Amino acid sequence: MTVELGPLLTEEERAAQEKRLRDIWRTPSGWRYWTSVNNSQIGLWYGCTAFVFMLFAGLLALLIRLQLAVPDNDLVSAEFFNQAFTLHGTVMMFLFAVPIFEAVAIFILPSMLGSRELPFPRLSAFGYWSFAIGGVFVCGSIFFNAAPNSGWFMYPPLATDKEQSGIGADIWLLGLSFIEVASIAAAVELIVGIMKCRAPGMRVNMMPLFAWYLLVVAGMILFAFPPLIAGDLLFEMQRMFDWPFFDSARGGDPLLWQHLFWIFGHPEVYIIFLPAIALMAMIVPTFSQRPIVGYSWIVLAAVGTGFLSFGLWVHHMFTTGLPQISLAFFSAASEAVVIPTGVQIFVFIATMLAGRVIFSTPMLFGAGGLAIFIIGGLTGVMVALVPFDWQAHDTYFIVAHLHYVLIGGMLFPVTAGIYYFYPFFSGKKLSDRLGKIAFWLMFIGFNVAFFPMHFAGLRGMPRRVYTYPEEMGWDWFNLISTIGAFVFAAGFALVLLDVLRPKRNVPASPVNPWNAGTMEWLNEKDENWGYRSIPVVHSRYPLWDQPDLRQQIAEGRFYLPDAETGHRETLVTSVLDGKPLQVLRVGGSSKVTMVAAFMLGGVFISLTYEWWWITILCAIGTLISILYWLWTGTAQIPETENRNAGMGQSFPLYVSGPASVGWWAMFITMVGDGTAFASLIFGYFFYWTIHDDFTAGAAGPGMMWPLAAAALFIAAWLAMMAARSVNDRDRTATTRLLLVLALALTLCGTAAGFMGPYTHDMEPTRHVYPAVVWVLVIWTSAHSAVAIIMQAYCLARSFAGRLTGTYDQDLRNVVLYWHFMLATAVGTFATIGLFPSLR
Amino acid sequence: MKSVIPREVETLWTLFTAPTVWALHFIVCYVVMAIYCAKPGIYGLGFNDFRWGLVVFTLLALGFIVFAGYLAWRQWGFGSDDPPHDAATGQDRRLFQGFATLLLSGLSFVAVIYTAIPLIILAECQT
Repeated sequence: MTVELGPLLTEEERAAQEKRLRDIWRTPSGWRYWTSVNNSQIGLWYGCTAFVFMLFAGLLALLIRLQLAVPDNDLVSAEFFNQAFTLHGTVMMFLFAVPIFEAVAIFILPSMLGSRELPFPRLSAFGYWSFAIGGVFVCGSIFFNAAPNSGWFMYPPLATDKEQSGIGADIWLLGLSFIEVASIAAAVELIVGIMKCRAPGMRVNMMPLFAWYLLVVAGMILFAFPPLIAGDLLFEMQRMFDWPFFDSARGGDPLLWQHLFWIFGHPEVYIIFLPAIALMAMIVPTFSQRPIVGYSWIVLAAVGTGFLSFGLWVHHMFTTGLPQISLAFFSAASEAVVIPTGVQIFVFIATMLAGRVIFSTPMLFGAGGLAIFIIGGLTGVMVALVPFDWQAHDTYFIVAHLHYVLIGGMLFPVTAGIYYFYPFFSGKKLSDRLGKIAFWLMFIGFNVAFFPMHFAGLRGMPRRVYTYPEEMGWDWFNLISTIGAFVFAAGFALVLLDVLRPKRNVPASPVNPWNAGTMEWLNEKDENWGYRSIPVVHSRYPLWDQPDLRQQIAEGRFYLPDAETGHRETLVTSVLDGKPLQVLRVGGSSKVTMVAAFMLGGVFISLTYEWWWITILCAIGTLISILYWLWTGTAQIPETENRNAGMGQSFPLYVSGPASVGWWAMFITMVGDGTAFASLIFGYFFYWTIHDDFTAGAAGPGMMWPLAAAALFIAAWLAMMAARSVNDRDRTATTRLLLVLALALTLCGTAAGFMGPYTHDMEPTRHVYPAVVWVLVIWTSAHSAVAIIMQAYCLARSFAGRLTGTYDQDLRNVVLYWHFMLATAVGTFATIGLFPSLR
Repeated sequence: MKSVIPREVETLWTLFTAPTVWALHFIVCYVVMAIYCAKPGIYGLGFNDFRWGLVVFTLLALGFIVFAGYLAWRQWGFGSDDPPHDAATGQDRRLFQGFATLLLSGLSFVAVIYTAIPLIILAECQT
C-alpha cells in the first residue's frame, strides 16, 4: 500500500511548525498545571490517585488480617472492623479496580490509536476530579468513625436501618453515585474515541486488541452502572424520606436491592477483569515477538464475555429462596461464560508457543496472574453450581474465590502493566532484579494468604466475623493467612519502592525498549502533542511492519503537522475503515471542569448531611458552570468551513448529527440513562409480582392525568422534530417559535404528570406502591427539567447567532435527547396510568 | 428477482446480533418463569404451557442465530480465505467481521442451549 506523503520541509519550516504545535499543546505551569485537560496528565493523575486509594485499602486489609490472626483477638473493635472490611471492599472495587482501567485507557489509548487526543478531553478532566473528590470523601469517613459498615454490597434491612448503619451508608450511596458519574463519563469518552478517533487507515480488523477490550468494557459500563444508580436513588429515598422501597412491612422488598446491586455487581467483575486481560493481549505478543494468534478469537472472547456476564447476577443470590428454575438459568449462564474466558487463555498460550518467549518481569507477573486466576475460575465453576453454593455461601470459601479471581485477574496483570509501561511515561525501566523478587514474594504470599481460606470456609468460617473462639478449629488457617498477607504486602511494597525510588543513575531506555509492535511506543514522552503528525497505518503492528513510520511522523509528513489555526486539533475517521472525515477541535486547559466537578461534589456531599440550602446553591453552581463550559467550548462555529489537513487533503471543521462526535456522546449517555430508567420500571413490576395486589388497595394516579401528560410530551417531541426540520431550511423565526411551543408543552406535560399522584393523595411513606409511582414521576420530571434547559439553551444560541441552518449541532443533539425523553415519558405514564387497570 | 435474504450491510452492529438474541432469550426465559412462579396460574396457564412456549421460543432464537450465522459465513466468503485477515484492505476487514460474527454466533448458539436446559429437566418452579 502506498501513501502520498506530504512534502519534506526545510529545517526552519519544521521548527516553526513544531513551535506552534508545542505552544498550543503546552501543559500549563505553576498551579495552573492542575487545569490541564490533556490525556497524559489526566491519565497520570487518575492512575496515581487510584493507587493511593488502593494502598489505603490494602492497609485496611492488613488490619483485618491482624485482627483475625488469633482467636478472641481484641486488637480492634467490632464496629471498627465492620467499617474496615466495608471500606476495604468498596475502595478496592470502586476506587481502584475500575478507575485504574480508566486511567490506563485515558493515558495510553490516544497513542495506541494514533490520535492526538481523545475527543472530549475536558470530560476526562471532569471525570477525574469527580472521582478524586468522591474518593477522598468516602475514604476520609473512617477517620471520623463514620465509614459505611454494612459490607460493600450494603444489603437492606441492615443498611437502611439508621440506628445500625449511621451516616456511613449515606456516604457510601452518595459518594459512590458521584463516582459513577466519572465512570459513565469515561465510557462515553472511550467508546467515541475508539470508534471515531483512530489513525487513518486503522480499520476495525487492525485495531489493537486493547482497544477492542476497552470498547466492550465501556459498553458494559453503560448497562451495568445505571441499575446501581437507580438502586442508590431508591435506597437514599428510603433513608432520607422514609419511602419504603426495601421495607417489607410496607410492601417493599430487600431483594429488589440485591437484584439491582448485582445486575451491576456481576458485570463489574468483568469490567475489572477484561481491561487487565487486555494488557496481557498487548504484553504477550510483544514478549513472544510475533502477532497474536487468533485475533478474531480474542474479539469473540471480549464481546462474548461482555454479553454473557450480564446473565450471572442471580448467582450471588442463590440462597435467597428464588425458584430453582430461575437459579438454574443463571447457573447455566455462569457455566457458559467459562467458554469465552477459556478461549482467551488458550490464545495466549498458543501465541507463546508459536513465538520465542522472552521471560521478562511483565511476563512473569502476567503468567503468574493467569495461574492464580485459573484457580479462582475453577472455584468459580464450583460455586456457580447451586447445591455447592448453598454450602459455601457467605463463608471464607467465597472470600478465597473472589480474591483469586480479582488479584489474579486484575492486580497481577496491572502490575505487569506497570513494569511494561513504566518506560512509556518515564523513559526508564524498572529494576528486573527487584521485580523478580517482588513477584515471588507476591505470588507465594498471595497463595499462603488465600489458599487456606478455602479450608477455613469449608470448615464453616463465615465472612465478616470480627473474631472467633478457639474451639472452632479455624485458628491455624487464619494465622497462616495473616502471615501470607504480610509477605504479599512486602512484595507489593517492593514494587512501590522501585517505582518511587530516584532513578538518576538508571540509564535511559530506548524509545521502544521491548521492541513492541503497536503505536503507543512511538510516544515522545517530553512532548504533549501526542503525534508530531498523525500517521497513516496499514498494519496491526505498525512498528514491526512500517519501518519508516517514526521518521516520517517526526518529519511532519502525515496529517495535521501544523497548528497554524491556533487550536488543538485531531482527526475524526470512519468507524469501519478509518477513513479521515473531519478535523476535530478539542478543548484546551480550563478551570471550568474542575469548578463543575467541585460544585457537583458539593451537591452530593451536602445531600449526605441533609444541608438543603448548600445543596441547592451547589446545584445552581453546577448548572452555571456546565452551561458556561458548553457555551464557550462546544459547537463553536469555525472561521472556515474546511481545514487543510496536510497530505493535500482538506476536511470539514464542523459536522452535526450522527457524523459528529457530540451526537454520539449524547446517544451513549442516554443509553446509560435509559438503562437506569428501565431499572426503575423493573422495580415497579417487581413489586407487582411479589404481591397479590401491589397497590394494597390504595388509589393510583388515575388514567386521565398520566395519559394527558403522555400526550403533551408526544406533542412537545413533535414540535422539536418540526423545529429541527424547519431549521434545516434556515427559517430562523419559525424555528424559535417551535422551540418556545415545545418548551411550553414540556412544562404543561410535567405539571400534568405531577397532577396524577398529587390529586389522588398518594402518600409515598405509607406503602411502596405510591412511592414507586412517585419515583417514576420524579425521574421523568427531572428529565423534563433538563429538556427545558436544553430548549432554552437552543433558543439562546439561536439569538446569539450560534445556531443556524448549517451550524446546528446543538439542536440535533437536543432532538436526540428528546427521542429518549419521549421514551421515558411515555414509558412512565403508560405504566402508571394503564397498568393498574390492565393487570 | 429480489432475494429474501438481506444484502450485505456495511456496519459494525451486525457483530452483536447473535449475542443480542442470546440476551433477549435469556431475559424472556427468566422473566416469564419468574412471573409464573410468583403468580402461579396466571392467565389460567400451567407450568407446562409456559415451559413449552419457551421451548418453542428457544427454537426460534436458535433459528435466528443460525440465520445470523449464515449471513456471517457469507460475509466471511464462505470460508474461502483463512485468518488472520490483517491486511489493510476493505476485503480483509469484511472477512474479519464475517469470521468474528460467525464465532459469536457459535458461542451464542451454545449459550442459548445452556439457558434452555433447565426448561427440559425441571418440571416445576421448585420454590
